[in-house]
Amino acid sequence: MSRPRSQAEYLARLVPPSVAGINRRSLLAGAAGTGALLGTGLLAGCGDDSGGSDSKDVSLGSNQSDPKPKDVVAKVTDGFKTSSGIQVAVNTVDHNTFQENINNYLQGKPDDVFTWFAGYRMRFFAQKGLASDISDVWGKLSGYSDAFKKASTADDGKQYFVPASYYPWAVFYRKSVWQQHGYQTPKTLDEFTALAGQMKRDGLTPIAFADKDGWPAMGTFDILNLRINGYQFHIDLMAGKEAWTSDKVKKVFDTWAGLLPLHQPDSLGRTWQEAAQSLQQKKSGMYLLGLFVGQQFSNEEQNDLDFFTFPEIDPAIGAKALDAPIDGYMMARKPKNEANARKLLEYLGGKAAADITVKNDPATLVANTGADVSGYTALQKKAAELVGSATEIAQFLDRDTRPDFASTVIIPALQQFIKDPKDIGGLTSSIESQKKSIFTD
Amino acid sequence: MSDLPLIQADRAVPPPAATTSTGGRRRRLRLLSRTDRVVITLMVLVPLLLVTGFVWLPAAATVLLSGTNWDGIGPLNEIEFVGARNYSDVVNNYPPFMPAVQHNLLWLAALFVVATPFGMFLAVLLDKELRGSRFYQTALYLPVVLSLALIGFVWQLLYSRDQGLINAVFGSNIDWYGDSNVNIWAVMVASGWRHVGYIMLLYLAGLKGVDPSLREAAAVDGASESRTFFRVVFPVMRPINIIVLVVTVIESLRAFDLVWVVNKGRNGLELISALVTQNVVGEASRIGFGSALATIMLVVSLVFITIYLATVMRENRQ
Repeated sequence: MSRPRSQAEYLARLVPPSVAGINRRSLLAGAAGTGALLGTGLLAGCGDDSGGSDSKDVSLGSNQSDPKPKDVVAKVTDGFKTSSGIQVAVNTVDHNTFQENINNYLQGKPDDVFTWFAGYRMRFFAQKGLASDISDVWGKLSGYSDAFKKASTADDGKQYFVPASYYPWAVFYRKSVWQQHGYQTPKTLDEFTALAGQMKRDGLTPIAFADKDGWPAMGTFDILNLRINGYQFHIDLMAGKEAWTSDKVKKVFDTWAGLLPLHQPDSLGRTWQEAAQSLQQKKSGMYLLGLFVGQQFSNEEQNDLDFFTFPEIDPAIGAKALDAPIDGYMMARKPKNEANARKLLEYLGGKAAADITVKNDPATLVANTGADVSGYTALQKKAAELVGSATEIAQFLDRDTRPDFASTVIIPALQQFIKDPKDIGGLTSSIESQKKSIFTD
Repeated sequence: MSDLPLIQADRAVPPPAATTSTGGRRRRLRLLSRTDRVVITLMVLVPLLLVTGFVWLPAAATVLLSGTNWDGIGPLNEIEFVGARNYSDVVNNYPPFMPAVQHNLLWLAALFVVATPFGMFLAVLLDKELRGSRFYQTALYLPVVLSLALIGFVWQLLYSRDQGLINAVFGSNIDWYGDSNVNIWAVMVASGWRHVGYIMLLYLAGLKGVDPSLREAAAVDGASESRTFFRVVFPVMRPINIIVLVVTVIESLRAFDLVWVVNKGRNGLELISALVTQNVVGEASRIGFGSALATIMLVVSLVFITIYLATVMRENRQ
């Protein structure tokens, strides 16, 4: 057989009809079956992107992609429609995806109102003009403490954010497991370590732990840093003002290295949902996570879930500071329906929206103190008290610092630490030198 | 009459030849009407504009941005040039970079040494017209229909440490996706699973095109099966071998979706493409720094593309 002279001739020889016809047919049959199986699950994730220009419309970009919070958003927007007659087109995007695409989203054609968090990034977007000033909406809002108003205010002194909910980070456990073994809430780090050791002897994994996604370990770093060095140091460290090579940071890692053997092993392959399920299945004794851990528990089990704030390490610092990130809403820079967007924000920040949220999601705490919280579970009441009694509230590592620093430096660094907790000196100097290349201005 | 379209086709394919040659203007005018020339111009211009606009301009912009510290927000005139600082940071001050280069090379080696030969082997087997070979073809090719992102998800169900099938069946406790010594291999198995099917189909198509008389001649001469394949069939398939080689290289450079689905290319799964995405696409927006990584990847790709083009052109000249 001669070699093909041209590419066309060559390509024509490639697929003889006998192969092509049969293969395509049988492949299609197989693919159709697979498609039918997979399609149902995938399509559920697609958002609705119908933003109309009708004056009875307003669009809301939501990152509340988990079933329960998504349902709450739907009920709240229904409530808004009933009260104002304005239809809300909710565009739900997976939580992590939403967060990662936020720059492009805000500079492109964002929805009129979008979900976001208090903290460094909120102030940054306000400063860059990617969000609109909503001080006038704040003029109509009531029921917010000064701490929340401060958390909604950008560097120019104006408000850009309407808080909706918040959740504390604490150490969660199942009451039934603790009663069975007679465990007591630890008040100091020594008691905490002793308790974890006892759990190990009782055949439990003392501390559930997962860091596949990179961010849950930040919670552990934060709380240790807050307990060892205090709130102001946390803020300064996150702002790039303190050195990561300082003894203060090394002490945080040292303490963590001491606790690491009490954590669930192989955490880098586990999602927080899987770790929470090990708590739910009574295989783990406790789990440091946000209040959203409750999502992995059935309704009957909610009453069995309890928590304590991470114990004191340094008596001079105390145990009154904690991470309690605030979620809420912001308005895009040029909303299509500005008047409706402001109305929606006012509704979202008001008592009615808060009441609907309380009724439908047992895992969140509403920011508006005017809300009827008689529907709170015992757990929610306790969580609200905890945050109310906190002297300082941090937002969470990746919300209190530059996102490029958090995601490209801190996540790999903390994962490296979990893999190899011995080389703290090398790790901190690596973080410090990368920090200097990022915090340039 | 019958050879007129042939001539036309020959003249029409390389338009530069038509404009550069000086003689025979009248004859060309006869062959190519005004409509033909408009069509040819459009057919050249439109793809050219598309390639320039969507490939070369962004590539040039990436190289340009790699010398800046842009964070992706705000007007272009606020961009500050920082020289080669991003490159020195990538090499000296970015721990994930060196593992990423190693993983890319490992990926290439694994596809080249294991997955590609295995796919070719399967193709040779299926070429034997076994019973039910259509079923095998379909089964082996199915993974190619699935996106790598989906494959990552499917394998996650097998690999999950606490809830995965593998650990449940074997009672093992291996952290397939989390242990940084294991996960790159686990992911490469998943990637190879797909790659084998792809190569198998490419190669099978090529094998079907080989003139059976060649094999008969070899058989008459008393050559064994394996000798026939390596001495007769394999050399005849040189063009498809090159395609398979290039596909393998491209697949290993493109490797991204899978590690991204697994853990965003961190903790043992660093790949250059994943690092680019982490820095540029994510919330981080280190556009300048990420562009430096992308430029490095572009240079590596160019090396392979040059080798490929050189081979193909030499082929054409012969």
